[in-house]
Amino acid sequence: MLCKRIIPCLDVNQGRVVKGIQFVNLIDAGDPVEVAKQYNKNHADEIVFLDITASHEGRDTILDVVNQTAKEIFIPLTVGGGIRTTEDIKKILRAGADKVAINSSAVKNPHLINEGAKQYGNQCIVVAIDAKRNTEKGSWDVYIHGGRLNTNKDAIAWAKEVQQRGAGEILLTSMDCDGTKNGYDIELTKKVSQAVGIPVIASGGAGTPQHFSDVLTEGYADAALAASLFHFGEIQILELKNYLKNEGITVRP
Amino acid sequence: MRIGIIDYGMGNLHSVVNALDFIGVSSFISNEPTRLLQADKLILPGVGAFCDAIKQLNDLELSSFIEESVHRKTPLLGICLGMQLLFETSYEYGQHEGLGLLKGDIVPFNVSLKIPHMGWNQLKINKKQPLFINLPEPAHVYFVHSYHLETSEDIVSATTQYEKEIQIAVQKDNIYGLQFHPEKSGEVGLEIIRNFTKL
Repeated sequence: MLCKRIIPCLDVNQGRVVKGIQFVNLIDAGDPVEVAKQYNKNHADEIVFLDITASHEGRDTILDVVNQTAKEIFIPLTVGGGIRTTEDIKKILRAGADKVAINSSAVKNPHLINEGAKQYGNQCIVVAIDAKRNTEKGSWDVYIHGGRLNTNKDAIAWAKEVQQRGAGEILLTSMDCDGTKNGYDIELTKKVSQAVGIPVIASGGAGTPQHFSDVLTEGYADAALAASLFHFGEIQILELKNYLKNEGITVRP
Repeated sequence: MRIGIIDYGMGNLHSVVNALDFIGVSSFISNEPTRLLQADKLILPGVGAFCDAIKQLNDLELSSFIEESVHRKTPLLGICLGMQLLFETSYEYGQHEGLGLLKGDIVPFNVSLKIPHMGWNQLKINKKQPLFINLPEPAHVYFVHSYHLETSEDIVSATTQYEKEIQIAVQKDNIYGLQFHPEKSGEVGLEIIRNFTKL
């Protein structure tokens, strides 16, 4: 049986990990390569780097980070943030990433999904969707620019469209739940996951092992992503996996 | 010992080089038969569409080179699309003839689960020697594919379960094929690559 995946996400700014990370025995907790290695040791199934470098000049630093990481760990690596063109996709994949995550650019220029999938294969195009509940409409809107701009697109319809355009996977973040530690948005995740035939990675809201279990079963997510929870050592990935296994969920040991 | 990685313009070959570097085995990438002739072992990687791949192999005269290498008993490892290319026929976007070094077909998944079959799945090993020795139990490897092998030959060295049993590794004489990505399968994958380099 295919395993449910547990994915830590690292925010990287100009080549450095942003949030203060607490790892024991880590020489440099700001070095994304070191942190990725540590996660690999702790049984992470994949790693996501989110490049939040604002300046244009600083943007190539992520390529060095990816290049170094790809020489030291041998699990799938996804890179997102600031990807606007197929040339950007090419550079990141050439540096050694296995997948790219496109967010705002996919909304502004949906053809980028088609082009990226055609040139590099569906499997390496992940579309990241930031969704926020619209209580009036009783549905979820898609936001871009780090959650600052409402596109008024319906999240479920957009998920279907990105699949049609050739996305190989969806990284679905609930803006309502993100940072709350009150659990993933099960309803949103379930709706999106059942609307598409490609894997869905749930993101936003994880606080306890139970939350992971819920989103991977009731939410029909194929993978669950978390950031600070893992960074601050509140939950160890291996312990989380043991918990999930006891809950009857298939995970990679 | 040097491993020659066959470059026919499909996919990221550097991850294979990175993995070999990591385990201390030297390698080189080339699309020229004369250079690849100097390799002790060959790896045929690849991600992408079967029809483009076979056309590239033929255009670069790599198809005949691979066939000759197999006759010379040079160990050959096909990875992912590289494994599929070893077979007779693929039914990906039509019907295409492969290298035909092994008997079998590449067919689309006929399951109710999500396609591609993407992520970590468990190896069910039929033939432990020589690639699957020294692996933990259970051993998981990383897959990304929408088509899979179907063969009735006794060459299947491992399978995995994805609604039904899928044939995902083969070996015959000096020819080896893996549907999954050993270069993306953590320690288990590195061990499998190490086992190939030790042949």
